[in-house]
Amino acid sequence: MTRTSGYRAAVRMLAAIGAVALAAACSGNGGTTGGTTGTGQAGGYPDQNITFVVPFSAGGPTDTVTRMIADPMAAKLGGKIVVQNVEGAGGTVGAGEVARAKPDGYTVLMHHIGMSTAPALYQNLGYKPLEDFETVGLVTEVPMTIVARKDFPPATLQDLVTYVKANAGKVTLANAGIGAASHLCGLLFQTAAGVKLQEVPYEGTGPALTDLVGGQVDFMCDQTTNTSGQIAAGEVKAYAVTTPERVKSLPDVPTTAEAGLPDLKVSVWHGLYVPKGTPQDVVQKLSEALKAALADQKVIDQMAKLGTAPVPAENATPQAHRAKLEEQLRTWAKVIADAGVKAS
Amino acid sequence: MEFFDNLALGFSTALLVQNVVYCFVGVLLGTMVGVLPGIGPTATVAMLLPITFNFEPVTALIMLAGIYYGAQYGGSTTAILINLPGESSAAVTALDGHEMARQGRAGPALAAAAIGSFIAGTVATVVLAVAAPPLARVALKFGPAEYFSLVLLGLIVSIALARGSALKALAMIALGVLLGTVGQDIYTGTPRFVFDRRELYGGIDFVSVAVGMFGVAEILRNLENEQARTAIVSRVKNLWPTREDRRRIVGPILRGTGLGAGLGILPGGGHVLASFTSYAVEKRVSKRQQEFGRGAIEGVAGPESANNAAAQTSFIPLLTLGLPAHPVMALMVGAFIVHGITPGPNVITDEPALFWGLIASMWIGNVLLVVLNLPLIGLWVRMLRIPYQVLFPMIVLFAAIGTYSLGFNAYDVYAIVFFGILGYILIKCGCEPAPLLLGFVLGPLLEENLRRALIISRGDASVFLTRPISAALLALAVAALVVAALPAIRKRREIVFTEED
Repeated sequence: MTRTSGYRAAVRMLAAIGAVALAAACSGNGGTTGGTTGTGQAGGYPDQNITFVVPFSAGGPTDTVTRMIADPMAAKLGGKIVVQNVEGAGGTVGAGEVARAKPDGYTVLMHHIGMSTAPALYQNLGYKPLEDFETVGLVTEVPMTIVARKDFPPATLQDLVTYVKANAGKVTLANAGIGAASHLCGLLFQTAAGVKLQEVPYEGTGPALTDLVGGQVDFMCDQTTNTSGQIAAGEVKAYAVTTPERVKSLPDVPTTAEAGLPDLKVSVWHGLYVPKGTPQDVVQKLSEALKAALADQKVIDQMAKLGTAPVPAENATPQAHRAKLEEQLRTWAKVIADAGVKAS
Repeated sequence: MEFFDNLALGFSTALLVQNVVYCFVGVLLGTMVGVLPGIGPTATVAMLLPITFNFEPVTALIMLAGIYYGAQYGGSTTAILINLPGESSAAVTALDGHEMARQGRAGPALAAAAIGSFIAGTVATVVLAVAAPPLARVALKFGPAEYFSLVLLGLIVSIALARGSALKALAMIALGVLLGTVGQDIYTGTPRFVFDRRELYGGIDFVSVAVGMFGVAEILRNLENEQARTAIVSRVKNLWPTREDRRRIVGPILRGTGLGAGLGILPGGGHVLASFTSYAVEKRVSKRQQEFGRGAIEGVAGPESANNAAAQTSFIPLLTLGLPAHPVMALMVGAFIVHGITPGPNVITDEPALFWGLIASMWIGNVLLVVLNLPLIGLWVRMLRIPYQVLFPMIVLFAAIGTYSLGFNAYDVYAIVFFGILGYILIKCGCEPAPLLLGFVLGPLLEENLRRALIISRGDASVFLTRPISAALLALAVAALVVAALPAIRKRREIVFTEED
């Protein structure tokens, strides 16, 4: 008798665990955000959940930005937005999946600068950024910083250029892996300084920054979100920020232009995409929702904490985004070809 | 007396009602995802991160941290009960823990794990409070060369994980290292062994390998044996550790705690090594070597303590330097940023209530975990009475759901099938899955650090010998290899370790 009841209790418990597992699996990495269902707008879109594909891991900068804007965008659209992380191969797995998705506006891709560098880095990409996607609008541009271990001799950006030229055989330049923003910025630095350095790739920014603070490598270029704490604490030395204006949280760090390398301009820009062939009115609706989200004070505040800001409203449009993508594709095709880098 | 002021500040923060509540929510969720195969702490923290945007920063971090160490705690449960490790550390627990469960001693195994984890958690919290900043400085001395030597030492030591032939264990380690190379090479971006499948570019998922090699292979093996099929467990003997058990676990818990606390500090993956280094040490110092792999309680208590201590001290680089040691920590860096706190060395001075509050909450969390887990042991053990017709399909189903939910990648599920069959074949050949799994986990670390060290030194291999920490670790590795290979010892191994089946 006790045997039976024990068995029943155990089955009930297993069933409960199963329910949790199912719930977790169904909500996936996402979790549904915001809005009300069924109150679709005049055009009928959206009348089902919209999936935002993030081609990077949950919790990373791109994922964080996506989740910030998903809520207010859902509210504006009058639907639900589910964020899904499809990682792998520098964001090309997720992008490829969206390129092949049904062009109905229910699958949206959030991608960053990697969209413009992938064609040069990957031989068998499986999609073409300009031909397989409709641009929706730009979201934000995150500045980058050039930082070095604190006992690295050069004092200014000019000194750094002179120093690495004189010691090209000894200096090490860290990055967070092929195609990572830090890698691209490092390539631009080498082009701007006219020098070829030994690069040391890491799997992600965390380990790279750890070795920089520990003095195992000499210098690197990384997003302000990752470096500003270390800069403020004096654990690393900052030479410049890579945007036209100084960054609010780092008022003492000059821009690359001020420091004498005007060609070194790079930001980690983010934009939204839908598959080619998505109806124009749907693209327009998404773009309007994006604009509304970017004007949301909560979004502005949250982005400020990340050391960035929403793009101006005129850039949250398909046209401005497309122009940026075209310009960046050209820039990176040349930089990457000159550097002779290939990811596959 | 600054230290006690700090601690008082920490406890006054951590004991606020909402912080205790969310600490409990965190460890409860952590235990649940730890118990469920597949869904790990990283996915859970990622899922819950957006919810915490609206919390007080310290509350958010207390909960997220709770999920992390709670999962380390819960992970041992499925490993012991159904041989299904969710994380690499739990794979070691499965070795003797599941054997104990088969002998009807699941209760003492679970209790040993819980008690060991609690003691380790308490000690590690004190270490964190007393010596975090200086320890973090020491950890920064570890560069690529040191990590390479450490991982090499770890791999050689993991030969001890096998019950049978050391040669087969070595072969399994090598196979694991090879499996770990699948995916894109981080240095050149070249895809390796991906067979033109973009889904494999990110490598094979650890959970798929663990679930396949341990869980599914074990099920297949049970199915072929009528006797094992009808009763997984002979009979539940006792629920609590006997006096003899309690005496036997004291040493392993203390040694495991020390080892784990030390290795956890290293940001480059030291925590991965903690549990099986402890296992190897316990096996080496034990007078009952022949019992290891056949249900030795030391093989549960030591690694579980080491694992939990490492989980706790791995917060040191994050809290004192803002440097994440684990994907979960990287997510917590995101949580810091979203709350307007710049992770870095200044957190400790700028946000003392947050720093000390989080540390104090870890101890509270450990108390909550014990309170939560000890009463559950009876319930868990009853689960073993579920007939195999119900239990086996459920295990496979949950494993498949959990694994798929990690990345929505169907290949991860196919991989379970593949590794299940491979695991079964290997078991039939007398090769054990544990060394393979550890090779798989440590292989990428080994390769990455070897190549990185050589890139930095411009190809000069002498760095491994000229850097003192690295040289010392290599010397230890050689010593370990010699000990493993000494003919006298090998002969004794053959006598006492001969496979019965």
